[in-house]
Amino acid sequence: MAGEWILNTIVRGIALGTPLLWAALGEVYAERSGVVNLGVEGMMVLGAFAAFALAQASGLPYLGLLLAAGVGALAALLHAFVVITLRANQYVSGLALTMLGLGLSALLGRRWEGLPLLNTLPEISPLTYGGLLLAGMLWLVLYHTRWGIILRSTGESPAAVDTMGLNVFLVRYLAVVFGGALAGVGGGLLSVAYRPSWTEGMTVGLGWIAIAITIFASWDPLRAATGAFLFGALFHLSFRLQTWVAPEPLQMMPFAVTILVLAVVTRRGGAQGVPEALGIPYTRGES
Amino acid sequence: MRVGPVVVERRDAPSWSWTLAISALAVGMALTLAGAIFWSYGVPPLRAYGVIVRGTLFNARAAPEIVRNAIPLLLAGVGLVLAFRALFWNIGAEGQILLGATAATWVALFSPVPDAWKLPAMFAAGFVGGALWGLIPALLKLRFAVNEVISTLMMNYIALYLVSWLVHGPWKGPEMRGFAFTNAFPAAARIPTIADTRVHWPTLMLGLLLAAAVAYLLARTRAGFEIRMQGENPEAARYAGVDPLRTTMLVMVIAGGAAGLAGVGEVGGIHHRLLDPTQISLGFGYAAIIVAWLARGSPLAAIGTAAFLGLIFASGDVMRVALQMPARVTDVFNGLILFCLIGSERALSWRLRWAPGGARQPAAAPPETVASEAPGSDR
Repeated sequence: MAGEWILNTIVRGIALGTPLLWAALGEVYAERSGVVNLGVEGMMVLGAFAAFALAQASGLPYLGLLLAAGVGALAALLHAFVVITLRANQYVSGLALTMLGLGLSALLGRRWEGLPLLNTLPEISPLTYGGLLLAGMLWLVLYHTRWGIILRSTGESPAAVDTMGLNVFLVRYLAVVFGGALAGVGGGLLSVAYRPSWTEGMTVGLGWIAIAITIFASWDPLRAATGAFLFGALFHLSFRLQTWVAPEPLQMMPFAVTILVLAVVTRRGGAQGVPEALGIPYTRGES
Repeated sequence: MRVGPVVVERRDAPSWSWTLAISALAVGMALTLAGAIFWSYGVPPLRAYGVIVRGTLFNARAAPEIVRNAIPLLLAGVGLVLAFRALFWNIGAEGQILLGATAATWVALFSPVPDAWKLPAMFAAGFVGGALWGLIPALLKLRFAVNEVISTLMMNYIALYLVSWLVHGPWKGPEMRGFAFTNAFPAAARIPTIADTRVHWPTLMLGLLLAAAVAYLLARTRAGFEIRMQGENPEAARYAGVDPLRTTMLVMVIAGGAAGLAGVGEVGGIHHRLLDPTQISLGFGYAAIIVAWLARGSPLAAIGTAAFLGLIFASGDVMRVALQMPARVTDVFNGLILFCLIGSERALSWRLRWAPGGARQPAAAPPETVASEAPGSDR
């Protein structure tokens, strides 16, 4: 009885951890290039809507996820253009992206609200294993390949990368757009696998948790995987324990724990692992 | 650079007229893009904007709704102007509004305060509630190095569930028609409104006063000087002995408190009860970021920008009712406006000068213009 309960909690925690993992891995790469994207919530909700709509229309959930990746990438491209080319404030642009994503998906998604989805993915799908594999691959690329060195250097010292004759802007564009595609898939997993349906604003703050996981993980893909499943389990517990405790204090829990965890992590390690140039627009010929 | 008779050149501080022109251009661009989105949704843009204009500006009954929406935006927005001037990224106005509403509800329904003192006590409690909610992320940043963007956001969600828990649980009133809310406030706890509008004027007065007070604080006081110094050059501020903890705490007491007052206005002036958190704040805390950004760091300019965002919120209502669009349509406007505003930011550091045949005038000599355009001289 208790064993079954625990097992069930773990399985559901992994199921909810999968979307978090995909989104957090994307943010790790974007931030490693020196660009903060606070639009994760917006990109996820757009991905959730796009995946649901196409999966519903075509009956092919994987096709839906592919579209979600494309939509996430497109949304991230907007952020990239505004903050890399126009050198606008990254925080404000990310917030704008979240507002736009929530508004746009609610507007366009209205006629899909409450429709059934016949072809769904299981909660623990190949995308769960794929996410873990991806975490390992991204870790390898980041620390053991030339691409990884370029990506990390772009986030640490863009001027040095520029001096080597490499294109800082291109690296950042690629990293941000790649991050958007992963966030889109993360959102899509919510609407075709975790809770196969479309409701406006169905990301309920998971995008922000994915950003917190990025910080918690010190911008390391493998640690991001750990964080994603921990927070997935925590989020799931906040539903499970509702038999005994009022739902609202439980729903607060993941957000309160996020603050506590960040306080412990950042205090112990200082600002360990923060890419030096994070959040600073790059201008050629400066510094 | 020369475009016909006009010279485009760099400058250090943009003039007010140029800032206004660029901002208007950005907003116009956002409204055009929004029109394209409405069109793809199946609503012709001209029809949408026609409905909005007729339903807000040219409707005697609806026009006060612009002011009604502008009140919380002004209070929270002025607070954010101050926070942003100190480089504290307070994204938590939404939660601070909810805490203000909660504190005011406690005073209205559960405190033994005599009737004559009820309203002042509600405003005081709301200010304290919002301020405390704003202080937590400030302390977390300065004592534990927790990024304030994340912590203020998390505090929004915590506040949301707190209010939701109160109205479903301990504070639940006896009357329930599928929706949970507290008992209605007694008459003494209701903020008076202008005639038969929803404009609760005492809160409006507070907002205008606060804008003036923050303008004075920033321009004329030592604390204001320290806040500006910390925002413009944190390193120099530190060497000059500016205590970041003290400055940030002062800023967040005022910003959080102001947002708290906005929450008091919503429950005391509009709903007369605590209810679902998404009904108390329709996203005012997030939209206040646009109010502050559009005001370019000026508390007095926030009066105008709050009115403009009030118009956007009123438009959202009109579109929801007249065109059956989802309430989130306001977010489409807000997101696009914010994007276009920050995207056009760099145009502020340029100016146009009318100089027909300028090649003969020494001031517009080509080499000088070219030199000032070199990438290195950027920013």
